[in-house]
Amino acid sequence: MHKSIGQINERIRDGSAHVVTAEEMPRIVDELGEEGALREVDVVTTGTFGAMCSSGAFLNFGHSEPPIRMERIWLNDVEAYGGLAAVDTYIGATQQSETLDERYGGAHVIEDLVSGKSVELRASSRGTDCYPRRTITTELLLENLNQAIMCNPRNAYQRYNAATNTTDRLLHTYMGTLLPNTGNITYSGAGLLNPLTNDPHLRLIGSGVPIFLCGAQGMVVGEGTQHSPGGGFGTLMVTGNLKEMSPEYLRAATMTGYGVTLYVGIGVPLPVLDLDVVRATAVRDEDIPVDLLDYGVPSRARPKVRSVTYAELRSGSVEINGEQVRTSSLSSFRRARQIAAELKNWIGKGKMELALPTRPIDATKKVHPMHETTSGPRVLDIMDRQVVSVCEGEEIQTAAQKLLKGETNHLPVIGRDGRLAGIITTFDISKAVANPGKASTVGDIMKKKVVTTTTDEAVDVAVRKLEQNNISALPVLDADRHVIGMLTAINLGKLFGGRWLK
Amino acid sequence: MKLLVNFSKGKKNAPIIAQVVKETGVLISVERAVIDSSEGEALIEVPDNQCKLVRSSMTRHGASVRLLEHGINVNTSECVDCGACISICPREVFSFDTDWKLAIAEDRCIVCGKCVPACPHSALTLPL
Repeated sequence: MHKSIGQINERIRDGSAHVVTAEEMPRIVDELGEEGALREVDVVTTGTFGAMCSSGAFLNFGHSEPPIRMERIWLNDVEAYGGLAAVDTYIGATQQSETLDERYGGAHVIEDLVSGKSVELRASSRGTDCYPRRTITTELLLENLNQAIMCNPRNAYQRYNAATNTTDRLLHTYMGTLLPNTGNITYSGAGLLNPLTNDPHLRLIGSGVPIFLCGAQGMVVGEGTQHSPGGGFGTLMVTGNLKEMSPEYLRAATMTGYGVTLYVGIGVPLPVLDLDVVRATAVRDEDIPVDLLDYGVPSRARPKVRSVTYAELRSGSVEINGEQVRTSSLSSFRRARQIAAELKNWIGKGKMELALPTRPIDATKKVHPMHETTSGPRVLDIMDRQVVSVCEGEEIQTAAQKLLKGETNHLPVIGRDGRLAGIITTFDISKAVANPGKASTVGDIMKKKVVTTTTDEAVDVAVRKLEQNNISALPVLDADRHVIGMLTAINLGKLFGGRWLK
Repeated sequence: MKLLVNFSKGKKNAPIIAQVVKETGVLISVERAVIDSSEGEALIEVPDNQCKLVRSSMTRHGASVRLLEHGINVNTSECVDCGACISICPREVFSFDTDWKLAIAEDRCIVCGKCVPACPHSALTLPL
């Protein structure tokens, strides 16, 4: 059996279409069987509501008198793109305010416009014969704009890896607050309600397909940026009229310590054409695995802690090394459900008809990492290879002499096995001298918890370690924990010697 | 009941909580405490019927005591029921109800404020 999109739209028009949400579909297939479900169900609606950083809107302000060709543009002190001439701009969700930092950004400008609040436009220009005006400041409401078109380059991720943090430091990431020592897990995504998860081979979702976008009837433009369905991480580029949107399904947010983002609500209705659609839309949370990654490693290749399913993530806790670790969702399943229900309501009432893609989206593509022709500086490039060190059993006085002679403030302490055992600074020695009698050897006064680096670590990563720990030197270790160099604040000066500044 | 006890400067060395426990015989449970060189603050839990007794004893020993009536405050028009706060809270104040709406067990809250910056929507605020 097969149903055509024409037959389904006819049922939508005469009000007889049977529409269900993707959450209801698994049970229907269980009860009626695949053939039965195909006969019964005409449309399956999906929904997702979560942080989608790669979002924004094109705005047209209309011409002023005398006219201006805007070159630099700010909306409520948030810079918008000025390369579109003359009174067009693109406001990106993650752009931060020049005065309020991460507390306010492009996402907030968009939410304020949609909520009916006025936004201050400030722009400047060099002035030309045809556009003589040089500056403008005016208050605008959404209704004052000719066009306000949301166009989001990368939305509706098919799934997203979950995050945890094995370091002993609290981390602030785009995956939210990650407690130290694997203290919690964060995840994002609507699981079984997710649009692309219900159409993994992209048979139904493609260019021109009508969607729910933040309360408005929008459309899929095509594949999103970083689209990688070959690995299970497809994305969509979507568009819709900002003037028809609702703040209920569009919310600015701030991930503390990371920055501004926009919570976007998207739902895609899927026509139940054949058995393949029935099978795909019967997907359950337990069928959708993602990797749980360690965000404690600041690299593109974050280590995988284990594989988890959305069912496990949504259960409230996940087991890691025999311990139950609590989970936090960053997206809202409740709103995802509301979107799927609203879309069901629209189609049930004949407010929206379905369409097949006018152009298909590649369902096999995989994303590539950046092609880098120059690599940034590594610790190896600027570290001090002359290491003055001291042994654990040596007298404090010996250490003091070494510090003076070596003209350094930090001495790595080497244990009996030849590996790094601790570190002492001039401060530790001063303290020992000021309180005599308590300690005699280096081992008594050294700090055993040492923050270290390796030769192939990026200098930017090492610098963050220095800043975060409020220290000024890092011992450089080889794979065997032997000290092969030191990286100090003085070495960082080499970066400004011109070699790395091309 | 939860009491917020403030120890001001000058009383810094007096073991006020210990004295109150000894004097009243009430087993005080300290849920959170911040003590530095000039002042200290402790959030204590005492049985409802002995609250008055503990309060007056604390006051007599020079501490200022305030009844903590409210826990964390959720602005429901900003909250989108994401659940970012759930795993951050050390006292499991937050959870989802059966409709995936955020539920708050306010009586468990010790007003530590850890959830406040973890909320992407700035929906959480500490009571005054």
